[in-house]
Amino acid sequence: MLSRKIMLMQGNEACVEGALAAGMRFFAGYPITPSTEIAEIAAERLPKVGGKFIQMEDELASMGAVVGASLAGLKAMTATSGPGFSLKQENIGFACLTEVPCVVVNVQRGGPSTGLPTLPAQGDVMQTRWGTHGDHPIIVISPSSVREVYDMTIRAFNLSEKYRVPCILLMDEVVAHMRERVELPDKSSIDIINRKKVASTLSDYKPYMDYDSDGIPPMANFGDGIPFHVTGLIHDISGFPSTNPKVTEDLINRLMNKINNNIGDIIEYEKLYMEDAETVIVTFGCTARSVLSAIRVLRQEGLKIGMLRLKTIWPFAHIAIKELMQSSVNTLIVAEMNYGQLLETVKASAEGAFRIYGLNKYNGELITPQEVIDKVREVAEYA
Amino acid sequence: MRKELEKYFRKDKLPHIWCPGCGHGIITGAVIRAIDNLKLEQNKICIVSGIGCSSRAPGYLNFNTLHTTHGRALAFATGIKMANPELKIIVLTGDGDCSAIGGNHFIHAARRNIDITTVVFNNSIYGMTSGQYSPMTPKGAFATTAPYGNIDRNFDLCKLAQAAGATYVARGTVYHVPQLIKLMEKALKHKGFSLIDVVDICPTYFGRRNKMGSPVVMMEKIREMSITARTAAKLPPEELSEKIVIGEFYEEQAPEYTEEYAKVMKKAQGGKLNE
Amino acid sequence: MNERIEIRLGGSGGQGLILAGIILAEAAILDGKNAVQSQSYGPEARGGASRSEVIISNTSIDYPKVSKPDVFLALTEEAMNKYKNDLKENGLLIIDASMEKPKDSYKILSVPILKTAQEKIGKVIVANIVALGTLIQVTEVVSKESIEKAVLDRVPQGTEELNKMALYKGFELGKSK
Repeated sequence: MLSRKIMLMQGNEACVEGALAAGMRFFAGYPITPSTEIAEIAAERLPKVGGKFIQMEDELASMGAVVGASLAGLKAMTATSGPGFSLKQENIGFACLTEVPCVVVNVQRGGPSTGLPTLPAQGDVMQTRWGTHGDHPIIVISPSSVREVYDMTIRAFNLSEKYRVPCILLMDEVVAHMRERVELPDKSSIDIINRKKVASTLSDYKPYMDYDSDGIPPMANFGDGIPFHVTGLIHDISGFPSTNPKVTEDLINRLMNKINNNIGDIIEYEKLYMEDAETVIVTFGCTARSVLSAIRVLRQEGLKIGMLRLKTIWPFAHIAIKELMQSSVNTLIVAEMNYGQLLETVKASAEGAFRIYGLNKYNGELITPQEVIDKVREVAEYA
Repeated sequence: MRKELEKYFRKDKLPHIWCPGCGHGIITGAVIRAIDNLKLEQNKICIVSGIGCSSRAPGYLNFNTLHTTHGRALAFATGIKMANPELKIIVLTGDGDCSAIGGNHFIHAARRNIDITTVVFNNSIYGMTSGQYSPMTPKGAFATTAPYGNIDRNFDLCKLAQAAGATYVARGTVYHVPQLIKLMEKALKHKGFSLIDVVDICPTYFGRRNKMGSPVVMMEKIREMSITARTAAKLPPEELSEKIVIGEFYEEQAPEYTEEYAKVMKKAQGGKLNE
Repeated sequence: MNERIEIRLGGSGGQGLILAGIILAEAAILDGKNAVQSQSYGPEARGGASRSEVIISNTSIDYPKVSKPDVFLALTEEAMNKYKNDLKENGLLIIDASMEKPKDSYKILSVPILKTAQEKIGKVIVANIVALGTLIQVTEVVSKESIEKAVLDRVPQGTEELNKMALYKGFELGKSK
């Protein structure tokens, strides 16, 4: 082994290391390429730290087991890809409505259906937002490097615990399978957030009561000695089913607002080469690496190109687009390995303020730096 | 209700949603009486259900209760049991919930022999969606989705459970209540995966569509059809086709899943896993 | 050395070339450089054409894939034919001596890697380490100290001496060219 601090690490390995650092003590999964290494490493590492690993009979079951374990008090995670992510949607929705913290890693591969199991894609952008039925809150974050996989897995647990919402770590095959040099932070420097617990003095606990007026009810664990009921039906503050329109509306509003009122804390993005930029490439995940390579070349030629890299995919960073409106930027290129999923959201957010073009690739291969350069030149001709 | 049983119920959630004559209350009552007889610690019990009429039962019961998605109760229950093996886990499920949409979870929970007691409210019909046939609906019976008679062959859930690896398997009925309570006590005391298949009645959907008469008549029919496992063992198979065989079918002491996992943890922590 | 050097290792699934790529990247990190390793593979666990790619650089590595390899080492003809076309002009192709030399214009080095592993060491399974030794002797992409340390850290316990011998035989093969 190389020294403990600096090492060559695979993205999927960094995910497990980050999860363990965040306090993950339960993992349930089902084998699927290209996320399987996460389950394999979790199987080896978890029992060493007193955690539990189980390979369930299918994807639906692994998502269910994760929610069950979290309700019993453990920080829980599952990882999947492609068809597996589709299968998990039902119980992701359950976790959204019942406000059970959990982390779902989705290592994107080519789709639809069985698609391209071993090849990269970024085609699950919209599915991560609206994959499960009904209006629901969700947080989705997406890393571009192995070190960021580590950091963002910790962040996924922190956000999930803090807001009692499933957090999806949206990876791609490239970041998941590549190995690169990483320097991991000292454990003592990592901030860990744990779910808000129920005060022991509280009598007559109402599991969905907004005690602190922040939209996030404190959480008891099964077995703590405070019996409570959890249901996937619309429920009142006591946790029991209700079809009352006011109760329903209040619940949905609270679920959405606990995210919407905290976007400053949840949304993260990175801007590079922006000071005088006229054209900005909006991107995320592995594609950001190609974009950055291209920008370094184009900048040497004197082109005023910048990059907006979304680290939080959902909720969408409208704030970042609004900031661009106050700058010298007049053109946006949205680069993504799909048919244009983020592009539509960026267009809606921009409200006509920029010329907006998509750089889209969906053939199982990465967008190359040269393709980014070509697109920038092509777009410059339209001006 | 006996006074000493009241603490097990969320009285403000009653009356329940079940139809007059439905057997679900009898099964729920039997579960509670078994818990009371065994003096199990209320806070250490977690009751999990899926979707359907039967799966509403946990809402009325004063324990840690979880009403999950359709068919998935055993998946959630597995996560809870793994996370906290001290909890006694009881899954309340219906025949459709358990054997159709949840069939895969059922056979795998049995295979692992994880310490969960599963009680199937088996009324041979999907009641909540108003009367469609389930994998437990007898061949030839009528249902809204079998208007010409059901051509599907039905499961014998006890045989399925035993084949899959369950280590305590029994069948009771809503007619034979004292026996049902005894079977549940044994299931709850058993370490490992236990199944109680409870033959139940749905007068509203199964009974009416199959012209079975009043709930009382349906109960009497159960009594007439039931024979003990011991008697059944002496009869040729052709004489059993119209019978409900009740009693204990299988009991085995076998390694329980969370105890086996505790050994994995010990092994891993001894640094022996990689060698 | 160039700021960014791209190396491709190609062969048949099961020949250990992904591990060889990992070891090479780890050696580069031991040298204080940046490295990225990635791979592509077919559905086969054994056989088929597989490749492992390593990028070594003194600065940050943004685009993580090899686009024009400086060096391509191939252990099977199938892998060579599948992956050689984007080799850089003036790039180096290292092939096993058992393979037929392609009629291409770039520098080609034909070395008896498989034969050496089989006959001199007695284990064809260490061909990946022999290959690494040859590649490093010829290209000097990483230091010999680092590659030796990286090999010994990664190979299974009890096989250190065998793999060290394989590495040194690889160096020798490189020197003779």
